[in-house]
Amino acid sequence: MKALSDKNDQVQAILHHPQFQLLVHKKRRLSGLLSVLLIVLYFGFITLVAVAPQFMHQSLAGGTTTIAIPMGVSVIVIAFILCGIYVGRANGEFDRLTQALVDETTSTGETP
Amino acid sequence: MTFSISQTLRRVMGRIFAATAGTVCVSALASPDLGQTVQQATNWTAIGMFIIFVGLTLFITKWAARRMQSTSDFYTAGGGISGFNNGLAIAGDFMSAASFLGISSMVFTKGYDGLLYSIGWLVGWPILLFLIAERLRNLGKYTFADVASFRLEQKPVRTMAAINALVVVSFYLIAQMVGAGQLIKLLFGLNYNVAVVIVGLLMMAYVMFGGMLATTWVQIIKAVMLLGGATFMAIMVLAHFHFNLDSMFSEAVRVYGEANHTDGSIIMGPGGLITNPVDAISLGMALMFGTTGLPHILMRFFTVGNAKEARKSVFVATGFIGYFYLLTFIIGFGAILFVAQNPRYLDVAKMAVTGKLELIGGGNMAAIHLAHAVGGDLFLGFISAVAFATILAVVAGLTLSGASAVSHDLYANVFRKGRTTEASEMRVSKIATLVQALLAMVLGVVFEKQNVAFMVGLAFAVAASANFPVLFLSMFWRGLTTRGAVIGGVLGLVSSVALICLTKAVWVETFHFGKTAPIPYTNPAMFSIVLSFASCGLFSVTDKSARAQREQARFDAQFVRSMTGIGASSPAKH
Repeated sequence: MKALSDKNDQVQAILHHPQFQLLVHKKRRLSGLLSVLLIVLYFGFITLVAVAPQFMHQSLAGGTTTIAIPMGVSVIVIAFILCGIYVGRANGEFDRLTQALVDETTSTGETP
Repeated sequence: MTFSISQTLRRVMGRIFAATAGTVCVSALASPDLGQTVQQATNWTAIGMFIIFVGLTLFITKWAARRMQSTSDFYTAGGGISGFNNGLAIAGDFMSAASFLGISSMVFTKGYDGLLYSIGWLVGWPILLFLIAERLRNLGKYTFADVASFRLEQKPVRTMAAINALVVVSFYLIAQMVGAGQLIKLLFGLNYNVAVVIVGLLMMAYVMFGGMLATTWVQIIKAVMLLGGATFMAIMVLAHFHFNLDSMFSEAVRVYGEANHTDGSIIMGPGGLITNPVDAISLGMALMFGTTGLPHILMRFFTVGNAKEARKSVFVATGFIGYFYLLTFIIGFGAILFVAQNPRYLDVAKMAVTGKLELIGGGNMAAIHLAHAVGGDLFLGFISAVAFATILAVVAGLTLSGASAVSHDLYANVFRKGRTTEASEMRVSKIATLVQALLAMVLGVVFEKQNVAFMVGLAFAVAASANFPVLFLSMFWRGLTTRGAVIGGVLGLVSSVALICLTKAVWVETFHFGKTAPIPYTNPAMFSIVLSFASCGLFSVTDKSARAQREQARFDAQFVRSMTGIGASSPAKH
């Protein structure tokens, strides 16, 4: 871990860099929002299973299929979509921000 | 009584049934012992396909062995796996015997409740992506203990993390070995113990000679085969109902009701798996946070070149796993339709004693029998070979992760304090692989009679309670100190194992300590997760030592690296 403390000036420079703070802010907002969405969705679903199973047993459209089926499938599909949203933004916008930051701070701050 | 599938299949099945019925009945009567499953007549198609798979994987292992020169190659394939391939391999790690055989069997016996397990297993992935994946990739090199101990004291934190990893790996391994034994016994007519030894020897060969590169490719090949096979089964089931889901469900409800002498509509919604909110939340937490604490999964993030590829692999993995779980749900219903009333697949002798629906080969064989029902002998051979390949690939990944905990964490970093040579670390990792393979064989024999899905549940509870809190806090909370991490990790491990021992499934049904369990919950993980987080917090906050202050001061550098990847280990060879 010595290498890190040697680069302490660089660490502080990046930490206080406005672009880094913007990156952290954006990342936190997105990952926090998506995590909360997923946790509310899943734990809401599983709590419903525990407390109101009869509610989920009701017929979807008059047939044998219950509303439990599309509800369960939706949790899986939404989980996948949320992943897609995160990867789309992180691999695009966030990585561009990061790359710009890395280019700037390593060209001025670090000696080879 | 036999459910008609299609005229052609019926004719094929009729011939097969006539050919093997004698054998099945005789051996069924000859084995009154309830613990013993009925051995099938030797299936040469299955054996042939399996031999082809083993030949192919050993060829890959030989190819990988020539490329394996450093410990980096052994642990992470030199970091050169692409995001998509790694995603497939991760999906392969997750589509284990427990998922394929266990979940489809759970749907077969309980209906909708099987889907609840799948959903819990799936929702850990987005959380892993949003919170863990890229930070983990940016901070670690070979194991998650690298990350947990990044700014903390190496010896205690690494030791704790490595031991917790080994405990999780052991539970998971037991489940896989049991599945392997049952499956081969059913298909090859081999003794259970012999089957377990074959699995142990093959996985040892993959890991020891081919390292992560061979393990990853074995996993990818198997994932493609399994997804293909499962897709075919689901389509065959749906096609019989002209892709009308409602008529499939209606027929399944009727057949389930008749076969189990009950009201069949219970399979269309939540049943007895989760009955109180505490159990529901607790099971959810174990599955969700367990995924984010599995050492063999976390290790996969070091096989890709950077954080971008790490994110991509989770996205790909989540897609394939979600798709696979939807397939297992249909496969479970297909098994109700085509297996539950077909005497060919039922263990009549056992049913006479228990009065319940019993399958030949044991409770986990629903998907295997369905493969025969929809695709005949040839497809049964294929799907059996795939299921066996699944177990082999997963145990190889587990063994590799266990070996790296021993050689990279315990030997190289704790025992030798980082002063070691490539050669000696490689030697230790190979010895660790050998010992683990032997242990896995012994444990596979000891735990023969357990439900495999339940054993995986055990691994998840420990991963969620012992690994996840320390890993999460080390990356997100400046305040975490060595003292907090070690006490929290140890308490998480001890409490999760102890609580599980006090549940009905272990206390009453496994160890027969008494008629009722000491605690009323089936999934006590919530308590151990909260305890672990709370003790990490309490023993860090009250830690006023100089060491604690140094560790907290190092958080800035760790944070910058985790967010930007500056200083992260690169895929270049060392």
